[in-house]
Amino acid sequence: MTTSHVTADVPAQRGTDGETPVLEVRDLHVEFKTREGIVKAVNGVNYSVKAGETLAVLGESGSGKSVTAQAIMGILDSPPGRVAKGEILFKGQDILQLPEAERRKLRGPKMAMIFQDALSALNPVFSVGNQLGEMFRVHQGMSKKDAKAKAIELMDRVKIPAARSRVGDYPHQFSGGMRQRIMIAMALALEPDLIIADEPTTALDVTVQAQVMDLLAELQAEYHMGLILITHDLGVVADVADKIAVMYAGRIVEQAPVHELYKRPAHPYTRGLLDSIPRLDQKGQELYAIKGLPPNLLKPPTGCAFSPRCPKAQDICRTELPPLVPVSEQDGTELVGRVSACHFWKEQIHG
Amino acid sequence: MTELTKSDAGAGTAQTAAVPAEAEPAIKRITQWGEIRHRFMANRLAVVGLIIVGLLLFAAAFAPLLAPYDPLHQDLANTLASPGGEHLLGTDALGRDQLSRIIYGARIAVIIGLASIFLACLIGVVIGALAGYFGKAIDSVLMRVADVFFAFPLLIGAIVIIIVMGRGVAPVVISLAVFSWPTVSRLLRSSILSVREADYVLAARALGAGTTRIIVRHIIPNSIAAVMAYAAFSVGSAIVAEAALSFLGVGVSPEVAEWGNMLSAGRDFLGVKDYLWVYPSIAIVLTVLGFVFVGDGLRDALDPKLR
Repeated sequence: MTTSHVTADVPAQRGTDGETPVLEVRDLHVEFKTREGIVKAVNGVNYSVKAGETLAVLGESGSGKSVTAQAIMGILDSPPGRVAKGEILFKGQDILQLPEAERRKLRGPKMAMIFQDALSALNPVFSVGNQLGEMFRVHQGMSKKDAKAKAIELMDRVKIPAARSRVGDYPHQFSGGMRQRIMIAMALALEPDLIIADEPTTALDVTVQAQVMDLLAELQAEYHMGLILITHDLGVVADVADKIAVMYAGRIVEQAPVHELYKRPAHPYTRGLLDSIPRLDQKGQELYAIKGLPPNLLKPPTGCAFSPRCPKAQDICRTELPPLVPVSEQDGTELVGRVSACHFWKEQIHG
Repeated sequence: MTELTKSDAGAGTAQTAAVPAEAEPAIKRITQWGEIRHRFMANRLAVVGLIIVGLLLFAAAFAPLLAPYDPLHQDLANTLASPGGEHLLGTDALGRDQLSRIIYGARIAVIIGLASIFLACLIGVVIGALAGYFGKAIDSVLMRVADVFFAFPLLIGAIVIIIVMGRGVAPVVISLAVFSWPTVSRLLRSSILSVREADYVLAARALGAGTTRIIVRHIIPNSIAAVMAYAAFSVGSAIVAEAALSFLGVGVSPEVAEWGNMLSAGRDFLGVKDYLWVYPSIAIVLTVLGFVFVGDGLRDALDPKLR
C-alpha cells in the first residue's frame, strides 16, 4: 500500500518544457500522531505549478488539501504533524532539506499564503495599514512612513475604495470582501513567486466570491506568479484554474486541464462531484449526492479509498490500490497532463 | 462601526444612562483606543475610581506644595492635638501634622504600589509568555516555579525577604513583586493558550514572522487585556500589603510618613484618640477602592465579551 506506483505526471511535465516549475511536490507523505494512532493525512501527492499557472486542488474536508499546503509553507503543526516522506522542490531546490531559518526567509518574499477567514487571519489589535506595512518594514527595512505609503498603494492595488482614509482602520471595520482583499494584498506585498490560497472565497458572500476570484486571477497574471488554489467548490475554479488536481483521502485521484475535467472526468469521484453541482436544467429533480462519508484516515479502507462509496466499485477496487496512470484517448493517443487513479478509468472516460 | 455601537448599547444593564455618544457625530472614525476610552468613561464607577486615583497621584506628585507642614517636623508643644484649628486632622504623639503625613504617605503608597506591580508584571509577562507559547516542558517547569511562589503566604514571604535585605522602599517593592508575579503569569499563559491557536498567528508564520515577532506583536497584544486589568486591581492590594508590612514594623522606616506607620502609631491610642487611625484608614480604603474601580472598568472596556 505504500507508494510504489510511479509518479506519472512528474516526468511528463519536466519533459514537455525546459522551464523548471516554481513548485514541485513529489511523493509527499504527511502524517499526524494522535492518541488513537498515526493519521496518514497525505499519502504520496505529486503536483507542480509553473510561473503564471493556476493549479486548483479540489477535495472535500479531510482530503489532505490544506495539509499539503501547510507542508509546502512549512507551517505544519509539528508535532503532531510531520512530513514522513517526499520532496518539495521550490524552483528546483528541495526546501524540506533547508534549516528552519532558511525556510522562514522564503515565506513572505518567495511564497505566501491566503487564508480562508480573513477576519481571524488578521491581527485584531493593529490597523490594516500597520499590518500591511509590517511586511515592508520587516522584510525590507523600510521606514514607517514609506511602509505606510506602500500599504496605501497595495490597498489601491486590490481595489479597496478610499484606501488613503481607510489605511488606519482595523480589520473588524471592513466588510468580508474587503478584508479578503487585504489578506490578498498582504500575501502579494513582496511579490512572491508562489501563492497558496486556501479556500479564499469560502467565507464570503456569493456575490463577492466572483469579485475576489477575479481580482486574484488578475493579480496573478500581472505578477506572473504560480497560484495554488485550494477549494471544495467546483464552481469557483472553472474560470480561474489552468489545471485541477482532485484529492481524496490524502491522494490525488485525478488531475487534468480544467475544461477537460469538466467535460470528461476520468474518475468516479470527480464524476460524483460534478453531478452534485446544482444545475438550472435539472430544476425540480433531486440533487445528486455522493453517498457515505469520507474515510477515516486512521484506518483507510484497503484498495481504493473511494471504493466504499463508489457506485461502480468491483472486487478489485476493494483489494488493490489503483495507481495514478496516464489517461489516453480510445485510440491510444495520450491526453497531455491527464492522470487518473481508477482501475476503470477507461470505462469512466469513454463511457 | 455599527457593530461596536450595538455592543455598546448592550452594556447598559448596570449603567443605563451612559450611552449617549453615538447619536451626535454622524460619521466619525472611531479608533480602537477611542472605543476603549468611550466604554471606560461610560462606566460611572470606573470614572469615580479614575478620579480617586488621579487625586492620589496629584497628592503624591505635589505633596510638598499641598502639605501645610513638614511631615517630619515635631511640634512637641502641640502633641495629640485634636482635629480642627491649626492642624486640620490633628497631630500625633510627637506633634507631627496628620494631614501632611497622609499627603506625604500617598507618595510612598504610589511609589511602592506602582513599582511593585510593574516589576511583578514584567516578571509575570515574560514567564507567562514563554510558558504559554512554548508549552510542554518549559510550561511545566515555569508553572511549577510559579506554584511555589504562589503557595507562599505573601506577608510571611515578604517579611523573610525584608529581614534579609533590610528595611526600606526597595526591599518592600521587591518582596511584593516576588510574590505577585505568579498570578500575572498564570493569567497571561491561559489567554496565550487560546491566542496562539488563532489564525492570525498561523498567517503571520506563513508570511515569514519569527518566534520573537509572533510573541511580541501578535500574541502579547492580544492577550494582555486581562493582565492590564489585573495590574490595576493589584496596585490597590499592593498598597494594602505595603501598609500591612509597615504596620507590622517591617516596612519602610517607622519615622517615614506612611499610612501603615500611622496606623501602627494610632494603635496605642485606640478608643482614646481615634482620629489617629481613622484618617489613614480612610486614605487606604479610598485608594484601594479607586484602583479596584479602575481595574473593573478597564476589564470591561478591554474585553467586550465580558458583559
